Amino acid sequence: MQELLSIAIKAIFIENMALAFFLGMCSFLAVSKKVDTAMGLGAAVVFVVGICTPLSQLIYANLLKEGALAWVDPSLSTVDLSFLRFLCFIGTIAATVQIVEMAIDKFAPALYAALGVFLPLIAVNCAILGSSLFMVERDYTLAESAVFGVGSGIGFMLAIVALAAIREKMRYSDVPPPLRGLGITFIVTGLMAIGFMSFGGIQL
Amino acid sequence: MKVLRKILDEQAKLFEKGGPLEKLYPLWEANDTILYTPGTVTKGTTHVRDALDLKRMMITVVVALIPCVLMALYNTGYQANLAIEQGQGVKALLTWQTQVMELLGLPFKSWHPISNLVHGGLYFLPVFITVFAVGGLIEVVFAILRGHEINEGFLVSGFLLPLTLPPTIPLWQVALGTGFGILFGKEVFGGTGKNFLNPALTARAFLFFAYPAQISGDKPWIAADFSFADVTSTLPDAVSGATWLGKSATSHALGEHAIFGPEWIKAFYGFVPGSMGETSALACLMGAVILVATQVGSWRTMLGVIIGTVGTASLLNLVGSETNPMFAVPFGWHMVIGSWAFATVFMATDPVSSAFTESGKLLYGIGIGFMGILIRVVNPAYPEGMMLAILFMNVFAPLIDHYVVEANIKRRLARHAA
Repeated sequence: MQELLSIAIKAIFIENMALAFFLGMCSFLAVSKKVDTAMGLGAAVVFVVGICTPLSQLIYANLLKEGALAWVDPSLSTVDLSFLRFLCFIGTIAATVQIVEMAIDKFAPALYAALGVFLPLIAVNCAILGSSLFMVERDYTLAESAVFGVGSGIGFMLAIVALAAIREKMRYSDVPPPLRGLGITFIVTGLMAIGFMSFGGIQL
Repeated sequence: MKVLRKILDEQAKLFEKGGPLEKLYPLWEANDTILYTPGTVTKGTTHVRDALDLKRMMITVVVALIPCVLMALYNTGYQANLAIEQGQGVKALLTWQTQVMELLGLPFKSWHPISNLVHGGLYFLPVFITVFAVGGLIEVVFAILRGHEINEGFLVSGFLLPLTLPPTIPLWQVALGTGFGILFGKEVFGGTGKNFLNPALTARAFLFFAYPAQISGDKPWIAADFSFADVTSTLPDAVSGATWLGKSATSHALGEHAIFGPEWIKAFYGFVPGSMGETSALACLMGAVILVATQVGSWRTMLGVIIGTVGTASLLNLVGSETNPMFAVPFGWHMVIGSWAFATVFMATDPVSSAFTESGKLLYGIGIGFMGILIRVVNPAYPEGMMLAILFMNVFAPLIDHYVVEANIKRRLARHAA
């Protein structure tokens, strides 16, 4: 239990997907103009990454890993399909995103319109693929990868919502014209990362 | 005085629109507002009748900082003299400061108040001047290029930053940090009032992450040379160079001393090693009284930090830990060591980077107290957490405001619907 809690805290704060690894930057920078939209995208990311990471874990542990196919036939125990993992993970993510998209379209059409093209783009959000790959690298079990998935999703949501609030406040700023838009957002992201560095070095 | 006004008014023609030096108008304007109250009044339909403008507000903060500055001048010299006087083999640093001291014939004795003051000043003032030279240059260049005023916001950042630095920090690092803080913490957003991180803290954090050797550990806090110190002889406690925060992370040092005991009182007065202007909780308390009485600093933020600190420290006391002595430090000690008092009074209450809404300020403060103590206790990499906690909460302050406002709207809608 304590193990799971420390994985969650690590994923949310210490190894924040957006502000420590700078993954998923495209949607992080593009859909952070309004807090409500950012919240919607964040929730969608939490959902997708929370499903994809344990699903990828199941696929990896039972089909792809070296010797994982031994349960089908003992003669397959030397087969190593892990070179297929990118393909399989992206497939899983794309399918999940499709389901989420249909669900949001049905139940929250306003949010669907606000998210626009960035909803299907979650499929190629590197934060999500990243969390599946971190799962492989760190050898998480099913329960651990579920907690890790939800945790890194929440971390991403926290970061994007905070950025959106800062950008809403920055309407009153007077940014030099060449930096307006993406330029200043990059600077803000860097400064936010300094704030998040307060967690660096915590051992859990 | 009328002569001065006349000179300024005559020169105004040169700098006003159409004059030969109109580009340099911010410079003239800065001089004018330093010497006289600006004569501008609100144009248009809204009129705010209030004696408190940005200038008066920022000057009030500077006035509140005076006890800390005096303490920085005295204590920096006092600590250095004490170490040289009592530590066996501890020498004065081979720097121009020492040469000036010898030239003036001042002894390195801690009972000599003039010597303490001069020795402290020789370390504090160069840092102070560097901050103002570099920061001021950036401010002036931006004011001229972007056409905003040179305003007193920089004065406060310029006072805050040197107070948070150790006396032995190289001046080029001070210049670099100031440049980063003013440029990326403030000017890229359009100047005072438009940024979201505290510029002084941005500079401090930049230096902390970029040059940890010169700004953390046991070495930098006392301006004396410990390299020949006789470590086998028992150095007096105050002379070992370690701050209370550094010591309590490795031993139960604080557990032996009661709150309100002599050691606590010493830490409260601030005669301990540390960043130049942060050691004295008493000086910060004086500043806090001025800020709260003039309503320049928010008492809600300060109260929030206190609640967060007391709550978190008590909780960690209860949890306890066998390996980490910091868990056992009571909140009464947390409040007098490190930069707690300085950060609470002067950094957290920065009106620009803190939350804007009243209940938001309380939440923001609680977050700072919680995070600050948590980083101090749990994170072995950083002995001091208050500054980083404030930066972290700066990031979330706009979000807190957003939800406080949303909650207000909801409550009012519900009230009117009924």
